[in-house]
Amino acid sequence: MAMTENETGENVSFRKEVGMPRLHKVIFLVLLCFLIALPFMVYPIFAMKVMCFALFAAAFNLLLGFGGLLSFGHAAYFGGASYVAAHAAKVWGFTPELAVLAGTLAAALLGLAIGSLAIRRQGIYFAMVTLAFAQMVYFFALQAEFTGGEDGIQSVPRGELFGLFSLQDNISLYFFVLVVTFGGILALYRIVHSPFGQVLKAIRENEPRAISLGYQVNRYKLMVFTLSATFAGLAGATKSQVFQLASLTDVHWSMSGEVVLMTLLGGMGTIFGPIVGAAVIVTMQNYLATFGAWVTIIQGVIFVLGVLLFREGIVGVISRLLKRRL
Amino acid sequence: MGQLLLGLINGSFYAVLSLGLAVIFGLLNIINFSHGAQYMMGAFVAWMLLNYLGIGYWPALVLAPLIVGATGIVLEKVALSRLYKLDHLYGLLLTFGIALILQGLFRNYYGISGLPYQIPASLSGGQNLGFMFLPNYRAWIVVASVVVCFATWFMIEKTRLGAYLRAATENPALVGAFGINVPRMITLTYGFGVALAAFAGVLAAPIYAVNPNMGADLIIVVFAVVVIGGMGSIMGAIVTGYGLGLIEGLTRVFYPEGSAVVIFVIMAIVLLIKPEGLFGRAA
Repeated sequence: MAMTENETGENVSFRKEVGMPRLHKVIFLVLLCFLIALPFMVYPIFAMKVMCFALFAAAFNLLLGFGGLLSFGHAAYFGGASYVAAHAAKVWGFTPELAVLAGTLAAALLGLAIGSLAIRRQGIYFAMVTLAFAQMVYFFALQAEFTGGEDGIQSVPRGELFGLFSLQDNISLYFFVLVVTFGGILALYRIVHSPFGQVLKAIRENEPRAISLGYQVNRYKLMVFTLSATFAGLAGATKSQVFQLASLTDVHWSMSGEVVLMTLLGGMGTIFGPIVGAAVIVTMQNYLATFGAWVTIIQGVIFVLGVLLFREGIVGVISRLLKRRL
Repeated sequence: MGQLLLGLINGSFYAVLSLGLAVIFGLLNIINFSHGAQYMMGAFVAWMLLNYLGIGYWPALVLAPLIVGATGIVLEKVALSRLYKLDHLYGLLLTFGIALILQGLFRNYYGISGLPYQIPASLSGGQNLGFMFLPNYRAWIVVASVVVCFATWFMIEKTRLGAYLRAATENPALVGAFGINVPRMITLTYGFGVALAAFAGVLAAPIYAVNPNMGADLIIVVFAVVVIGGMGSIMGAIVTGYGLGLIEGLTRVFYPEGSAVVIFVIMAIVLLIKPEGLFGRAA
């Protein structure tokens, strides 16, 4: 079950430090500075898209990279939250932060419900179960009244943050998205490095042993599944505010595949891998958008090559070369 | 009645596809995510044989599975065989990538509108059974799928070759020690499973439009079927396939809105009551 291949080997000794290692602090700080400058260099909407997907991939990585559970249905939480947030903002007139919160909460509940069923099976079956439930959510989104079927929920108003600050302007919206996604990624970092995260790794490495040590393995699995769904939902809800749109694309299985690809390419089980993976894939989609079906083909090729030759991912390789955990 | 027949036809596809998945899973321990794409390829190869080479339905029914099965063998040799020592989830990811490539390629060259494929002349028309009209081709699908399922079951459970196969599923190292070429058996098994998918694709070509996405949504339902049945037994996969097709057909009669999700709901219930699947061995 454990996908530990990309964990740096035991021959590498890690410096014991209390709190966040300095290297990680520096990387996060540099990243933050870069992100603050970014909207003045590239199209802000594009930058926001990258950040939403980075959070989505980081949430997914919590489950796969640290929990060892491969979900093939994460689009359900991403897209589900995006629908709820869009609906809340448009029909109920929620302010952006409340709309995002509502979407995230919906994703958490959905994750709790699906997770409690899915953790009854392991490995390949787990992947199939999550995929099947996500497809169920997809059909629901296709048929339900409030989702608008094929059209989705369009022209969601951007509203005013806390009822005070207008987010009409791309730059102010950008900083809202920056705070939400960066905060989300830091929270995920904290979860991974908490005692809870350590137990997760123990379960991933050797489940029977964790059970024999007295851990309620299923509770941990359900907890990490729900957390992962929650943060995926946070990403999806935020995305719906950025694009003012919730559509079937967000709940489709190909979206579940994309997030797997981002995590795999960036390096699963690494901290910064999903961010890098998301940035690469979204940029690629952006530049290849005019080539239509070729995007799918190229993604497939990256998948195949990634699995065959490059299982550590980009950050995984860098981490091995630097002999530092990234 | 008509809906029940439709259900039975869907069930035929579920049965043949989940059978292929179960055969592959039994020996390779991977879930073949590209199964849906290979089913789609079967339909496309039949279409190409007809339109480029003038080869009709009946030869295509044999040729298309052979051709697609051969591509499966190449795929196993070149890529899948490198992953057996790793976590099985990598096999899933690899075949997912293959599925994306195949779908993308066919979408690029043939569009998504769907290509027509005529029902062969010998099977057009239908029978009036008094209480309902039975199109010949639909009856043929059910018959053909039952025959193929039974033949596969017979081969695996009752022949010497099948005995080797089952033995290799239990303990590949020991079977290898007896002088049986297990890697070659694995390759051929994958090719056979893929050929089954392509066979279903050819069967489907005349009734569903041949299009690149025809396998993608179907395969997710088949995954649910496999979860419900459990992949422990060949017979289980077949019975669950037909049974769920019928249940889906019945739902379409009594509660049409629910027909798209009924299989997933059943999956949820099965997970609650018997997590290892109806015919599955406890994991």
